[in-house]
Amino acid sequence: MSQLPYLVPGWILLIGVYGIVTSRNLVHAVVCLSVAQSATYVLLLSVGYQRKATAPVFSDIKPTRNVVDPLVQAMTLTDIVVGATATALLLALTVQVAKRRGTVDPDELRSLEP
Amino acid sequence: MSPRGRLIVGLFGATGLAVLFTLAALGLPGFGGTSHPYGQRTLPNAIARHTPNVVSSINFDQRAFDTLGEELILMASALAAVVILRTVRAEQEDAAGEHSYGRAQVYDALRLTGYLLLPVTLMTGVYIVAHGYLSPGGGFQGGVILGSAIHLIYLSGDYPALARIRPIPAFEAGEALAAGAFVVLALGFAGQVKAMNAVVGLEVGCAVVLALAKFFEQALLVRKQT
Repeated sequence: MSQLPYLVPGWILLIGVYGIVTSRNLVHAVVCLSVAQSATYVLLLSVGYQRKATAPVFSDIKPTRNVVDPLVQAMTLTDIVVGATATALLLALTVQVAKRRGTVDPDELRSLEP
Repeated sequence: MSPRGRLIVGLFGATGLAVLFTLAALGLPGFGGTSHPYGQRTLPNAIARHTPNVVSSINFDQRAFDTLGEELILMASALAAVVILRTVRAEQEDAAGEHSYGRAQVYDALRLTGYLLLPVTLMTGVYIVAHGYLSPGGGFQGGVILGSAIHLIYLSGDYPALARIRPIPAFEAGEALAAGAFVVLALGFAGQVKAMNAVVGLEVGCAVVLALAKFFEQALLVRKQT
């Protein structure tokens, strides 16, 4: 069962989704979304992992040395950047929701008008 | 929908996701195996172009066009955060020095540590950006360090000083210039990893400073008009 490590990101994703579903606070929901998204980092890095390989930086190792997959690492970098900006944007929206409606509980934000 | 109903619907969806994800994961090649067809193809290209950090080579050379999209997402969301957090009609914004936040409430040791760490952190950020093509690091990582570094002054309890050393219009101009320069580099001169790292570092640093500045203003200076 060498595929078992791949189940870890699925578990992280489900924990994050559970947090969003049961959330009573928009800030908490945004943080749970970050947790769910971090599953993609773990999945990408575990897909690129290779046993007995080192980091894909050739400044001090021989070019023939085995390295882990650099492509998924580059995609993880993109993922982190986009995730951080989405979190900043959602938190900005939460600030405005709190100011306009006086609450950040999603259950109390059901109607369109206060 | 009641919280209970929401949880039941959520669990239903989560169960389906768990089953499908497990089936998909079991179909993947074994963990830690040697089959990395895309990664293997990027290695000779990175070495041929003299970029020892293969991740930087992929981001700014082999996939430079994709990074352009990522860069514009970054700029768009920094812009959106600035627009969303603007001061609206029923509010007023106080000058940075009007309230006496912090200063006296911060321990001297903490304040001294903040001031001492500021130049060290700035230099670390510049190093991470400048050596991004050679060692782990790059524009994105170094830019975040640069953008965070000047907020050490805020942690030292001196918000007015922070407001003085980061004039918002200058950072907005820097953000726009860096984004424009990156578009030109990505479309015309992809592969200039060092220049692209520097430009991305500038843009990410400016974006972090701008977004955090807006959050600070909301928390410290903006209030309902009296």
